[in-house]
Amino acid sequence: MTPALFLVTVFAISLGAGLLGSLLGLGGGIIVIPALTLLLHVDIRYAIGASIISVIATSSGAAATYVREHMTNLRVAMFLEVATTTGALTGAYVAGIISGRWLYVIFGVVMAYSAIAMFRKRHQILGPVPPDRLAERLNLHGDYFDEATKEHISYRVTHTPVGFVLMYIAGLVSGLLGIGSGALKVPAMDLAMRLPIKVSTATSNFMIGVTAAASAGIYFARGDINPFIAAPVATGVLGGAAVGSHLLGRIQGSAIRVIFVLVLVWVSAEMLLKGIR
Amino acid sequence: MAVETAPVTTNQPTATEKLISNLLRTGVFSSAALVVLGTIVTFFRHPSYLSSVEQGRQLRDGLTSFPTTLPAVVQGLTRGEGNAIVMAGLMVLIATPILRVVVSIVAFLQMRDRVFAGITTLVLLLLLTSLSLGRAGG
Repeated sequence: MTPALFLVTVFAISLGAGLLGSLLGLGGGIIVIPALTLLLHVDIRYAIGASIISVIATSSGAAATYVREHMTNLRVAMFLEVATTTGALTGAYVAGIISGRWLYVIFGVVMAYSAIAMFRKRHQILGPVPPDRLAERLNLHGDYFDEATKEHISYRVTHTPVGFVLMYIAGLVSGLLGIGSGALKVPAMDLAMRLPIKVSTATSNFMIGVTAAASAGIYFARGDINPFIAAPVATGVLGGAAVGSHLLGRIQGSAIRVIFVLVLVWVSAEMLLKGIR
Repeated sequence: MAVETAPVTTNQPTATEKLISNLLRTGVFSSAALVVLGTIVTFFRHPSYLSSVEQGRQLRDGLTSFPTTLPAVVQGLTRGEGNAIVMAGLMVLIATPILRVVVSIVAFLQMRDRVFAGITTLVLLLLLTSLSLGRAGG
């Protein structure tokens, strides 16, 4: 493949990954990494380095909109970023010392989890929010205006220490694999800390940029961010995600989702095999 | 910069939220512009990239050198190298969330919220640690 053709191919793949990722509610990274490694035989370290860059771009772009709409809980985000950035530092450091084989295996497992997690039932009735002294002390409770129901909603935050530990793990996975790991962040806030789902999504997106920046610094200096690969991946995923967010309201077919998820599970098996062989 | 602390009854952003939103948007757009410009410059300076299969393999496998430190990127920029422009764009992108944290510290200080100014400063220190750890070889 000539450099020109390679560039166009990577850009097209990244555009598709960004589009698909935003429609499925996953990041583009979890799709672009297997595509680059399995289809184009890019070294997994360069694929991860390029992906972490695209993660910063898409999350910052989306966060800009959510913050303006007053959906993001800035206080929860800032507090939990202590955990995610510490996790990301650990992850990016570990990624540099373990063999590429392990990266494939861990990636396969996390990808399968993310795909399946999309289908777990959400429990609507969780009972009253238990009091949490840390949430009180840090004044984490918030409110937002729901555009869909035209209601002003106040919510209380709980289980802050549990959320903090889960966020460390999410940051670790993000730093290790170069993905946003929103599939881990959103349930930590939505199910454990009891933030409304829309606030959880917006706040997760906001935190992902800082988390990714923490590991990107390490990847950058290590030489894992190859401009020739990162340029088309970052611009492609960003463009795809932008288009996807406009389509989001129109595509709701659950059959399409099932097919997408089956594809993800199959790809995660491919990644596992590549690591084990 | 005025900071509003009263509860918000619609989805109107506070001054801090507006500032953070604008910062993120500007960072992403300027980074994307630099990356695209750098890619165009790269192909202008290396016309053989349109035809050489061997060079495609070398670029994919990272056998063609590229700058990985700030001084190297600056040096590449003075020589007008395409990949240095791309790397500068990627650095702008990495710097965007870091600047967002700096802005947040200032906002919390203005709200006289010492606890959160401290928490946010800790995040900034962790981010700066990442940059220095990376340089040590990671």
